[in-house]
Amino acid sequence: MNKAEILIIDDEEQIRKLLEITLRANNYTVTHAATAKEGIIIASNHPPDLIILDLGLPDKDGLAVLHELRQWHTNPIIILSVQNAEEIIVKALDKGANDYLSKPWRTGELLARIRSALRSSTQEDIEPIINSEDLQIDLQSRTVRKNGDLVKLTTTEYSLLALFAKNEGKVLTHQYLLRAIWGPGFIHQSQYLRVFIAQIRKKIENDPNRPEYLLTESGVGYRFVGKQG
Amino acid sequence: MIGIFTKRINKREQYLISLLLVLAVSGICYGIATFLGYRVIAFILLLTVSLIAISFDILPVLLSAILSAFIWNFFFIPPRFTFHVSTTEDVILFIMYFVIALINAALTYKIRQVEKTSRKKEEKANTLKLYDTLLHSLSHELRTPISTIIAATDNLQSSNDNLTKENKDQLVSEISKASFRLNQQVENLLNISRLESGFIQPKKDWCDINELVYSVVKKIEQNKITQKITININPDMPLVKTDKMMLEQIIYNLLNNASLYTKDDSKINITAINYADVLQITIEDDGEGFPEEEIGNVFDKFYRLKNAKAGGTGLGLSIVKGFTEVLKGNVSLKNVSTGGSKFTIEIPCEVSHLKA
Repeated sequence: MNKAEILIIDDEEQIRKLLEITLRANNYTVTHAATAKEGIIIASNHPPDLIILDLGLPDKDGLAVLHELRQWHTNPIIILSVQNAEEIIVKALDKGANDYLSKPWRTGELLARIRSALRSSTQEDIEPIINSEDLQIDLQSRTVRKNGDLVKLTTTEYSLLALFAKNEGKVLTHQYLLRAIWGPGFIHQSQYLRVFIAQIRKKIENDPNRPEYLLTESGVGYRFVGKQG
Repeated sequence: MIGIFTKRINKREQYLISLLLVLAVSGICYGIATFLGYRVIAFILLLTVSLIAISFDILPVLLSAILSAFIWNFFFIPPRFTFHVSTTEDVILFIMYFVIALINAALTYKIRQVEKTSRKKEEKANTLKLYDTLLHSLSHELRTPISTIIAATDNLQSSNDNLTKENKDQLVSEISKASFRLNQQVENLLNISRLESGFIQPKKDWCDINELVYSVVKKIEQNKITQKITININPDMPLVKTDKMMLEQIIYNLLNNASLYTKDDSKINITAINYADVLQITIEDDGEGFPEEEIGNVFDKFYRLKNAKAGGTGLGLSIVKGFTEVLKGNVSLKNVSTGGSKFTIEIPCEVSHLKA
């Protein structure tokens, strides 16, 4: 399989080297840049399939770089930063980052996020079906099955779950979800969201307290993962 | 002692109290002036000024000294009700009264200055001691994992043929453990400096306590702890509004503490309930508990139990206390009669009528 090309923009040489080794070992092609300027030039000359972007670059604020890249670059961007403040993560996701990992990161996690981001960007149409071990979501027939049994969902619960299924693997922020499901007037009503998430978990998770599908990204939002990884 | 008095009474109250005291004493003396004679009254008034000087600042003392001097002169020294003093003896007495009253005030001032410098010295000594403890525990807590990493990588790079595959795996696993430990310490230091800066503001949002507790427990369990954690929370517990990050950190540190300082296979029990608008979280273990005489100190920064095993900076519990206080709550620690210890956190927070 022809593996994707990944551009690393990070000013720390150690991090670049480590990422390069890890990614090459997983058959990705890697280019890298140590500054925002260099990164933007490389990305515009030869658009990579995915960019891993550090927010603490010496010559430009990372969020500004993200904003600039997003003017024309449509392929996935994953933020990899020491910044772990929730508001920065939310900002980065709002500015078009596909995902966010804070340093120190786990290699397995990073590779899973890269796979997931690349998968969603290469799919022409959204896969209409989520088919995991014990959970099936069919967006065309609007049905959800758990262990083969039809799951009864309210309209709102279904809309929410369908939105997650369409964005499988991606973090959806609280505000994004509230706006999408309840409307712009509700973006601060996070209690609705929490109540509905808890209800959906009771219906689709084996143990709602230890969710395997609908995961919490603390302070940021939620992420739906199909079990195939 | 003296300092404690002055701290509680503010400047304006000091003036008022001095004024009233001088006037009241003068009033009483006025009533009994005919029996006592004006010279005894001078001593009574001086005594009053001295009493004021014991606990008040220089300006109120000066004020009462001057006021009482003139009152004595006007109301008591014959001829009464004039500022005129007829005999030389009385002039000397009046001047002496005045000077003694002023000396009183001046001495007070001096004492305050000495007090201030000694307090400053004490503070400085305390800060130095704190830095000392910090440097000591930090250099230990940071150097131990760093040493592990350096030594283990040296070993792996040495191309020593005696290293078996199993040895190598062990070394790699040690490097991994050391890195997590380092990361945890950095997290603690960041949190403590956030608390120290005093700028920390809670960011309150609706929070599903079940979800939060389970996620923290999951995180702790990833540290491969040997203890068994049980969670006791009503699945229908309503949402509460609080700072999620801080609450997570509070629970994490308490669980981490329990897992570090109890024996393998100990039981840790975490419960959360809400009554009225208070969220109560208790974390109980069946370990050895804390030495009673040290319970009062465990939340102090850098405090470590006298018989504590190696590791730990003494920051964990002070962060727990710091965050709980930022959330306007309180934390307490008790030994339970059956053995083990019990931490109770109580945080006031709004409760949602919507059920999770």
